[in-house]
Amino acid sequence: MKATEFAIVAQGVRKHYARGTADAGLNGFDLEVRSGSVCGLLGPNGAGKTTAIRILSTLLALDAGQAHVAGYDVATQGRRVRERIGLVGQYAAVDEILTGRQNLVLFGRLHHLAAASARKRADELLERFALNEAGRRPVSTYSGGMRRRLDLAATLIVPPAVLFVDEPTTGLDPAARQEVWSALRELVGAGTTVLLTTQYLEEADQLADHIAMLKAGRVIAEGTPDALKAAMGGNWLDIVLSNRTDAETTKGIAARVASGELHIDNSAHRVSVPVAAHTSALIEVASALHEAGIAPVDITLRRPTLDEVFLHLTADSPTPAEVFV
Amino acid sequence: MSTTTQPAAMRSPFARFGWALADSWAIALRDLHHWVLQPGTVFLGWLFPVMIVLMFGGLFGGAISVPGGGGYFEFLMPGMFATAMLFGLETTMLAVTTDAAKGVTDRFRSLPINSAAVVLGRCIADMLNSVVGLTILVVAGLLLGWRWRGGLIEALAAIGLLLLLRFALLWIGIFCGMIAKRPESVAAVQILVWPVSFLSNVFVDPTTMPGWLGALAQWNPLSATAAAARQLFGNPGWGGEGWIGQHAPLMAIVWPALLVVIFLPLSVRAFRTLAR
Ligand SMILES: Nc1ncnc2c1ncn2[C@@H]1O[C@H](COP(=O)(O)OP(=O)(O)OP(=O)(O)O)[C@@H](O)[C@H]1O
Ligand SMILES: [Mg+2]
Repeated sequence: MKATEFAIVAQGVRKHYARGTADAGLNGFDLEVRSGSVCGLLGPNGAGKTTAIRILSTLLALDAGQAHVAGYDVATQGRRVRERIGLVGQYAAVDEILTGRQNLVLFGRLHHLAAASARKRADELLERFALNEAGRRPVSTYSGGMRRRLDLAATLIVPPAVLFVDEPTTGLDPAARQEVWSALRELVGAGTTVLLTTQYLEEADQLADHIAMLKAGRVIAEGTPDALKAAMGGNWLDIVLSNRTDAETTKGIAARVASGELHIDNSAHRVSVPVAAHTSALIEVASALHEAGIAPVDITLRRPTLDEVFLHLTADSPTPAEVFV
Repeated sequence: MSTTTQPAAMRSPFARFGWALADSWAIALRDLHHWVLQPGTVFLGWLFPVMIVLMFGGLFGGAISVPGGGGYFEFLMPGMFATAMLFGLETTMLAVTTDAAKGVTDRFRSLPINSAAVVLGRCIADMLNSVVGLTILVVAGLLLGWRWRGGLIEALAAIGLLLLLRFALLWIGIFCGMIAKRPESVAAVQILVWPVSFLSNVFVDPTTMPGWLGALAQWNPLSATAAAARQLFGNPGWGGEGWIGQHAPLMAIVWPALLVVIFLPLSVRAFRTLAR
């Protein structure tokens, strides 16, 4: 398995934790990530995202199945895999007592750069991640976003062929999230294959070429963000009414554009409807409501939430629906 | 990037060994940076044994008569040197659990370095820490009137035995640090260190203790090193009862060797099971 079309290949990977519940870990995890692409591994808490990342980055041994990263077997050629990967864990893994620069120099030395080039590389990266001023301060004084950026910088000292990023922006404010996203985008431009995990569809949508949805240790749906969203009924139209009396009429109007089942939230006077044709549905509903003399408080078109996607994927059929597009 | 070096797997075994040492040193150097950035913590660790010496010297110095004359400090210092080595256990354990909890250990493990370098780096840093701490305690002892009466070679041999004990305890620290999930568990070891040091010949004569406690104190590895250090420094002691008391220098080698034989493989195994 050399000259690889796929930078990451996992086939039927199983991992059971001795002290975990029956479906914790991975239960037949399959994944293929094309070289140079960005794959988003999307799943709720406990889906097995971190487990998958730890196995692929050789930190955790698998029980069954096979996984290759950059053409090498993670189980038997760990050293070769580690020479080609970078790992940004779920929680920033940098030395808190050291300064940002000292951290980067340390990891540079551990990548066997000469002292002078390690220092030079540290300065370059601090500059690139807008940390040059903070670079002389201990990491314990950094904000969450700064730590995340330093964490990312430490992984890029020697640019890896394959980068694993576990929940890069969980717990960050919107500004910090943007900073991390732009740092990641820049990397992708440089040709690195990235596997990133996230709980937010929005994030996968922003960054990934390809999304794999993970549930209970298995990939239950896969495809490009657009194809997946279309397969799930595209966006949602939320209609918020001022009172309950208009609800029945509104439901009738909404049903005309629905690509799936409506959700009614009675207490919030809200009718949510999955729509495939976004803008035309919005126009149609708005004008029909106007004709019926109903003035809604709000009409918004929005992305489905992860909860809705999972409900959609698991509700349709008795066995979990699998969508591969 | 042009600065990338040749992949380590392609190098000769000698070069790989060289890199493993260089990596260990890079990791140890991290601790030396910690000393500079947080001098308070490390100084407190070094001064704590000095405080204990002043406290016990003041409390018991008048009450306890040491055979063969000499002041209480003459008797106490070698035991305190050994106890200071025991206190090092906390330093090691705290560093190991903190790195594991913060994910730093995992980051090291995801790098293409020999995983032994991570442990060896800890080893080097903690041994250096103890050498400095021991030096400070020796100087404090000299200021308080403690002297070594034997030759320089014997004194150096005593220092060697003390550091050997520290080296053995290092592996207990690494092992406990690996299996403890959180840095808070270090508190348990901080407490346990006290009965271990009291149940020894460091502060008082074990023959004055009730029978079984005295036996326990005599067989305590700390007692062996303390008694051997007293002999080699030419400081007064209680000679000790029975076989164990007569063979302190031997036991000061056997005990640490035994601890290393048990805890080094356990530490290596604990490090490997991180991958399970
Ligand atoms: N060391 C462990 N021992 C026992 N069970 C574990 C262990 N690590 C993880 N698990 C369990 O395995 C399942 C998957 O965990 P994992 O950390 O991979 O999920 P995740 O998708 O990363 O979740 P999160 O979004 O919370 O980070 C969870 O149910 C978790 O409780
Ligand atoms: Mg996780």
